[in-house]
Amino acid sequence: MIDKSLATCAEAVASVFDGATLMFGGFGNAGMPGRLIEALRAKGARDLVIISNGAGTGNFALGALFGDGCARKWIGSFPSPSAAQFRDRYLKGDVEIELVPQGTLVERIRCAGAGLGGFFTPTGAGTELAAGKETRVIDGREFLVEKPLSADFAFLKAHRGDRLGNLAYRGTMRNFNMVMATAAKVVVAEVDELVPVGALNPEDVHTPGIFVDHVVQVARHPRLLEVEARDEEKAS
Amino acid sequence: MTLTRDGIAYRVAQELPEGSYVNLGVGIPILVANYLDPQKEIFLHSENGILGVGPRALRGQEDLDLISAGKGYCTLISGACLFDQTISFMMMRGGHLTHAVLGAIEVAANGDFANWRVPSQAVPGVGGAMDLAVGVPNTFVAMNHVTNKGQPKIVNRCTAPLTARQCVKRIFTDMAVIDVARDGLVLREVLPGLSPDEIQKNTEAPLKVAADCREIDVPMTFKGIQLRQ
Repeated sequence: MIDKSLATCAEAVASVFDGATLMFGGFGNAGMPGRLIEALRAKGARDLVIISNGAGTGNFALGALFGDGCARKWIGSFPSPSAAQFRDRYLKGDVEIELVPQGTLVERIRCAGAGLGGFFTPTGAGTELAAGKETRVIDGREFLVEKPLSADFAFLKAHRGDRLGNLAYRGTMRNFNMVMATAAKVVVAEVDELVPVGALNPEDVHTPGIFVDHVVQVARHPRLLEVEARDEEKAS
Repeated sequence: MTLTRDGIAYRVAQELPEGSYVNLGVGIPILVANYLDPQKEIFLHSENGILGVGPRALRGQEDLDLISAGKGYCTLISGACLFDQTISFMMMRGGHLTHAVLGAIEVAANGDFANWRVPSQAVPGVGGAMDLAVGVPNTFVAMNHVTNKGQPKIVNRCTAPLTARQCVKRIFTDMAVIDVARDGLVLREVLPGLSPDEIQKNTEAPLKVAADCREIDVPMTFKGIQLRQ
């Protein structure tokens, strides 16, 4: 019998090694694997390369992982103005940034998951983010050559999952989780609810279990159960 | 007298036809959502996986899993759909959205624009701005015409780091509506009380005045005096 379920987040992060490259799903707090990140902080690791859209906020999960000094490099697109711990580490010179336009980040990860060697994108052409990149003119338009991006581990958050690794999300949780599930050697999903095989309607499986190695059912981190303070200026 | 931020947003909203699929950036652009004609079916896109963003969630009714790109709790309109980042950026970069409304630090006469990084910014962040700019056919800029210090933001060449080259189609400011045409900028609308000469004085790049140049049509409530330092 296939059983990808694990009892604890600690088991799920036990094999993370110093210098590993990690992907974290999530956009804002939606779809962020807060418990897995906290378990990783408890275990401790050094010189990590972290791939994530943002760089965390506040004093827990991703933001705190940077604050702990676990990372030597971040590959991502948008550190929020409230990513204070990340900013401090960056300004101290502890963390290197590889800034990637968001769509390029997504597609580089997708490329790795799809077994492709790279792609051509118009995004970033003629900007300072094109520095050092190969370019190619196709039908008169300039494109940047971008390479795949993979990781040793991907840590994801889904709403429901089963022991086969099938995952279903709700709301805007899918974000980076679905594509990151395809692009790492070890893929771990934190789920609100582990359901019996067959309970997920095949029509509603968003991430097929073939991509997933481990599933952990855990109550959400308390900080992810609070409504965040409103900031009307953040509206979008 | 110039237009308020809401006035600029109101004017942009008039420009969006039924059937538009629109991404609104932070700042003045997001205010456009407040002035959409409810008689028109228009879908707002959020890069984190929503087509059909509705109003902000009421207090006490927030769904923690449902946020928009600005990280605020949002609702969905009837007919909305949810998807992942891969599909979302295909909509953006692949030219499927019809309009993007973005803020800008500078716009150049050839449609180059800069909006993602002020030179003094300590930690850079780019997000989805570049993907929108290269992919969306109608990339509009909504911004104040000049900086807080009165310097023109519509320039011959951008000095701030570029977001994308030659992509802006139309500029909506607190003084004017300007098209980016093949051979330069065309002044299409001016705020009542301002002359084309006054717009030009506040614009570094040369403006051609359209033959049918007219006054911006917005309600009086959106016209206000904005103090500049």
